[in-house]
Amino acid sequence: MTISPARPHAVRRRPSSSVAAPVAGSLRSSLWRVAEILATPLVPSDYLDLFNPLREGADLRGRILAVTPETPDAATITIQPGRGWRGHIPGQYIRVGVDIDGVRHWRAYSVTSPPHTPDGTIEITVKAIPDGKVSNHLVRRTEPGTLVMLDQATGDFTIPAAPPARTLFITAGSGITPVIGMLRSRTDLPDVAHVHCAPTAADVICAEELRGFGDQGRTAYLQRHDDEHGMLDLADLDTLVPDWRDRQTWVCGPTGLLDAAEAFWAAHGIADRLTVERFRPTVIEPGEGGRITFLSTDRSVSSDGGTPILDAGEDAGVLMPSGCRMGICMGCVVTMRQGAVRDLRTGEVTTAEPGDDLPIQTCINAVAGECDLEL
Amino acid sequence: MTLAPERTLTEPTTSTTTTSTTTTSTEATGTDVAKPNVNSRLRPESDPTREFKPKRSGKPNPMAHLTPEQVEEIGRELDALRQEVMDSRGERDAAYIRKVIKTQRYLEMGSRATLLFSGVKVKGVKPFWWIGTAGLSIAKILENMEIGHNVMHGQWDWMRDPKIHSQAWEWDNVSPASQWKHSHNELHHTFTNVLGRDNDLGYGIIRVDEDQRWTLFCLGQPIWHVANAAMFEYSIAAYDLELGGYLAKRKRMTEEEKAEFRAQASEVLGKIKQQATKDYLVHPVLAAPFGGTKSTLTANIVANLARNIWTNTVIICGHFPEGIETFEKTSIEGETRGEWYLRQMLGSGNISGSKFMHIMTGNLSHQIEHHLYPDMPSNRYAEISPRIRDLMERYELKYVTGSLPKQVFSVYKKVVQLSLPNKVEGRRRRDTVKLAAARALRKKSLGGRPR
Ligand SMILES: Cc1cc2nc3c(=O)[nH]c(=O)nc-3n(C[C@H](O)[C@H](O)[C@H](O)COP(=O)(O)OP(=O)(O)OC[C@H]3O[C@@H](n4cnc5c(N)ncnc54)[C@H](O)[C@@H]3O)c2cc1C
Ligand code: FES
Repeated sequence: MTISPARPHAVRRRPSSSVAAPVAGSLRSSLWRVAEILATPLVPSDYLDLFNPLREGADLRGRILAVTPETPDAATITIQPGRGWRGHIPGQYIRVGVDIDGVRHWRAYSVTSPPHTPDGTIEITVKAIPDGKVSNHLVRRTEPGTLVMLDQATGDFTIPAAPPARTLFITAGSGITPVIGMLRSRTDLPDVAHVHCAPTAADVICAEELRGFGDQGRTAYLQRHDDEHGMLDLADLDTLVPDWRDRQTWVCGPTGLLDAAEAFWAAHGIADRLTVERFRPTVIEPGEGGRITFLSTDRSVSSDGGTPILDAGEDAGVLMPSGCRMGICMGCVVTMRQGAVRDLRTGEVTTAEPGDDLPIQTCINAVAGECDLEL
Repeated sequence: MTLAPERTLTEPTTSTTTTSTTTTSTEATGTDVAKPNVNSRLRPESDPTREFKPKRSGKPNPMAHLTPEQVEEIGRELDALRQEVMDSRGERDAAYIRKVIKTQRYLEMGSRATLLFSGVKVKGVKPFWWIGTAGLSIAKILENMEIGHNVMHGQWDWMRDPKIHSQAWEWDNVSPASQWKHSHNELHHTFTNVLGRDNDLGYGIIRVDEDQRWTLFCLGQPIWHVANAAMFEYSIAAYDLELGGYLAKRKRMTEEEKAEFRAQASEVLGKIKQQATKDYLVHPVLAAPFGGTKSTLTANIVANLARNIWTNTVIICGHFPEGIETFEKTSIEGETRGEWYLRQMLGSGNISGSKFMHIMTGNLSHQIEHHLYPDMPSNRYAEISPRIRDLMERYELKYVTGSLPKQVFSVYKKVVQLSLPNKVEGRRRRDTVKLAAARALRKKSLGGRPR
């Protein structure tokens, strides 16, 4: 009963048998078997979710406990994750599935809270971007008590367990989030330099805390405002942090900064000392027509913006599932791993970023730019 | 999985390449000539060259009074209405379906719990049996109709909730979701009321239209009809499996086709087993400590029976009552979007009633609206029905609707009447029957079933 393998819902899980005696264990599993029979064609989870959506064994969800404003555009969201939450390493991110106007949207957010909190809650800090669907909803319209879907933490933007002798953080705007997560928990870093940029002083998220880390001597902290100092030029690092070449460096911020940093470190032959985190790893710009890739059959075809993907695939010899060919039967639905498609009836564009795994109807959609299909 | 049954093969507009991303030749062509490949039903433009194809009975064309421009206009108006509603889907709709699902699940759990005490007698009656059975019947009906049927139509796919999605849903019915979706969504909804293409017209066992061939088999159809209603979920499963076709054609089938049939049949058997184990074994046994085994068993039998009869009753009112049109097989070749819409409107009929009634029918009481927009959330049908009715009246099209008793009576009357052959000039019906019987005796067979 699942469509996206990434987030299976009807997985028939045995209860984790913490019960010592094997007899009790087998009794539990027979009871579970009875529950499964009684729940068919659903699974027991579908009923148990009615009572406790955060229980052990449920799909991972979280309940929003609080939304705390940080700046006029940013807020910290405190989430009580379900019992299945496996924890995170500072710097990692989670994917959050939020229902907006009835539609579920998934976005990634870095975890800003330390790995262990007394009440087991986690925090993310979200900056509302212009026209941003999810970020604005989370910052401005979310009520405590709301349930959201979660994925386990993931990501390589982390500091090794053995701390580097010297560390440099360069962050800009909401790019502070993974780093604040690190700073809050990694008290073992011996020598940290931190350069943080924001458009104006008022836009700095967690300003007091960041300055506090500096005052306590945990970091050598420099805050730069674009309106006062101009945009950060990496060449200035020689004056700002003269020993920057000797530091293991973590950078997170807008794409421009990250691209510049990668080029700069590579030019100095020390690309291995740099780790970056991209908030926009892929940018999907819808276009007219384009390339359709059928992943399982390893075929690729370019098609115009007026031909249904179904027809394009058939012309390329792919065995496409189909039915009515007019958008009413859902017999042609396949999963789009990433890309953009346009509904030929309405002109509406649907985009999927990696991880979204969106089911789409191929008979009424044409490729808009490019798309990768699970076929 | 069908490969391009409806494709009109013209020059492909795509090119397979593995090296470059160069786009194809169509860039050069104008805008109007584009999309030659696309299914004609996706095209709103009317096609003045298309002619009416009469049925055997020679009944007049119900769309004869409309010009091609009007048909196109109807198509555009209905497309615009669809867009308007689809664009306004939101929080309220999502909350609606989640509430129905939640209510259904609580009702089912509550009813099953109540039934554990169904053996307990109070002053000579078993109150828990009555309450539990009524609750379970309603729960099963909601699950099949307002939830299962509509979710499997993709009405809620837009929410992107993988749990409430046409690709994921499985229902409490012995017909597996995948098989039902093929025969219902794909065949019935595309070819609605097209003689010889839409097997829902009588399910291959009942003659519900004068233009369907009469055979001796039809004589018993009042009985077949009642039996079909009582066993509806099983007959639906046999029908979706195309069991009849298999039995008739198995000698001519390839090994592959037979293997596919066997795989599907075992899926059906699996579902029958699951449902039977739950309803007729585990649930009754759980009631044993309270002395309710037998009464829980009867409660489950009654609930399944009630669900079968109710769903059948609602569904026969969708396409069989008096006044609903059928269409000749060849009439749909090259059909445009407007013509498809027209066929849906003329080929369906509504049931009037209260809000509760509409929910209990899965909003199939708004059959006309549902057939126009099978993927529109069911809670919106009531809202658009006055506008559809207005459109149909403006274009002098008959909006068939009536109370449940009225529509049901109309169907039963037809079932009885059409069990006999049509009246033909110069020959008594009795003689047609005699002739057919004599011929059948000669062939030692009862002849085919109505097609
Ligand atoms: C690994 C990772 C970690 C992240 N951590 C955080 C975090 O801790 N805090 C946080 O606020 N955000 C974070 N993000 C970004 C976040 O996932 C969303 O992209 C962001 O909130 C915008 O989503 P939206 O729905 O509001 O915008 P959308 O409605 O998707 O987009 C609106 C417009 O903004 C553009 N856009 C989309 N994403 C971005 C972006 N990231 N930057 C600039 N323009 C964009 C779009 O192209 C579009 O034009 C992270 C992203 C990744 C990949
Ligand atoms: S083939 Fe029927 S919806 Fe696409």
